[in-house]
Amino acid sequence: MSTKRSTFPNIWLPYLLLTPQLAITLVFFIWPASQAVWQSFLREDAFGFSTKFIWFENYSQIFSDPNYLNSAKVSVIFAVSVTALSMGISLLLAAAVDRLIRASNVYTSLLVWPYAVAPAIAGVLWWFLFNPTIGILPYVLKAAGIEWNHIVNSDQAMILVVIAASWKQISYNFLFFLAGLQSIPKSMMEAAAIDGAGPLKRFLTISLPLISPTTFFLVVINIVYSMFDTFPVIHATTEGGPAQATNILVYKVFVDGFIGLNLGSSAAQSVVLMTLVIALTVIQFRYVERRVHY
Amino acid sequence: MVENRPFLDFLTHAVLIIGVAFIAFPLYLAFIASTHEQTAFTSGIIPVLPGDQLVKNYTIMLGTGISTSGAPPLAMMLQNSLIMALSIAFGKIIISILSAYAIVYFRFPFRMAAFWIIFITLMLPVEVRIIPTFKVVADLGMLNSYAGLSIPLIASATATFLFRQFFLTVPEELMEAARVDGAGPLRFFKDILLPLSITNIAALFVILFIYGWNQYVWPLLITTKIEYYTVVMGIKRMAAVSDAEPQWHLVMAAVVLAALPPVLVVAFMQRLFIKGLTETEK
Repeated sequence: MSTKRSTFPNIWLPYLLLTPQLAITLVFFIWPASQAVWQSFLREDAFGFSTKFIWFENYSQIFSDPNYLNSAKVSVIFAVSVTALSMGISLLLAAAVDRLIRASNVYTSLLVWPYAVAPAIAGVLWWFLFNPTIGILPYVLKAAGIEWNHIVNSDQAMILVVIAASWKQISYNFLFFLAGLQSIPKSMMEAAAIDGAGPLKRFLTISLPLISPTTFFLVVINIVYSMFDTFPVIHATTEGGPAQATNILVYKVFVDGFIGLNLGSSAAQSVVLMTLVIALTVIQFRYVERRVHY
Repeated sequence: MVENRPFLDFLTHAVLIIGVAFIAFPLYLAFIASTHEQTAFTSGIIPVLPGDQLVKNYTIMLGTGISTSGAPPLAMMLQNSLIMALSIAFGKIIISILSAYAIVYFRFPFRMAAFWIIFITLMLPVEVRIIPTFKVVADLGMLNSYAGLSIPLIASATATFLFRQFFLTVPEELMEAARVDGAGPLRFFKDILLPLSITNIAALFVILFIYGWNQYVWPLLITTKIEYYTVVMGIKRMAAVSDAEPQWHLVMAAVVLAALPPVLVVAFMQRLFIKGLTETEK
């Protein structure tokens, strides 16, 4: 790994500079994570009176638990829906802004601010809009013949959290797509236009392939976002319900550990999730290393 | 490229206007709801135009809060959020710039090990190691304190990477010239590197302030005293009252107040925000 050609000769200073960062990392990251790994091999009763080392029993238990498998399925549906919906809308908006010359800054300003809204607040906002008794959207839907009640209807609860989570993520995806589209050399578009390609054809055969590195990067980021950062959306709205329909993995870890006090199982679930994040991070970084430049 | 396609221009604007409306719609309705009385929602049709209770609702929320759901006045929660967001933003910037400086400008044993330990934090989001981390903070007696709210969140691999990337682009000659002139490492850092990094620090600050302000899980777990509630976590308590429909006009006033500070930061520092966002993710 690179440093400067010449470096300062001090022996103790670099350690001193690194101390705060390393101390916090060790105390609040490495130590708790290793505790989670250790705990995942133990069985502890709810009062902490007795603990027993049980090897991989917690793991085999969660993987044969229908609730856990359901939660995994729900997470996949949730992550895929959020990624597809927010990336689809963002790409459309970015392509539209990219066409404009004058008004593009105004639209960009109006589109990027939801990034700053907390996921929990995004959840509460949409929870309010979809509120079965006083919300405006059920009122409109009723006119269209749809009875909306996410408190009892599983699919509708899922739709609600997907919309809330996607809404917040649009601005992020939009900015990256726009940056990708704007980095495409104008001469390519002009050459294609001279050859008679229309705007749609140019978009599909030139823009889309050229921004594929951005698209891939965003897919990874959006999956990470919807698997881990959307905990507040669920917690502030459906709380995993109705009937576990929105109980995503990261929410289940919290419920089993803090409310169910099933520490061994919760720790095993944590370790599974950590493995998942590590895999996704490795994919992301390998890709960044070989970033394609045209 | 200039092309004359009136229909496509029309379609472009139409798509964008619908997009902007979809983005703005939830917060707009929240604002509308916060300007009405409780009775405005019981009639069945929700209002879409502002009412006349704006000053009254916001005064209630800032001054007394919703007492029935055990939520403190919003002014206090906003203050806590501000303290937390600023501590996290400054804390992260300080410890990351120092460690990036050590990694780039010095050669020492275990340099790679230090780098990897920092890198690992990227892979351990708080949500997946929540219970053991809670236990560590409880054992250190940091529950219900500003230190507990901020310190566990300030280790940051991304900020360290950003500064490392930037330091690597700083010309070698600057440091060599400084050394020839007799400047030591601290002097070089303070008088040359820090001034050069100001734009990066500002961009990072915008992102980190938003990150800190929007924390939810962490304050939810480690604060049990209302004196330390932050506004983003407090809203859930107001919106989830049992046995009764929440007082939506007041809850929405709280939502608007909680969303406003970070949104204003993005609105007024958009250039820095975009720089921060696109550079921290690489």
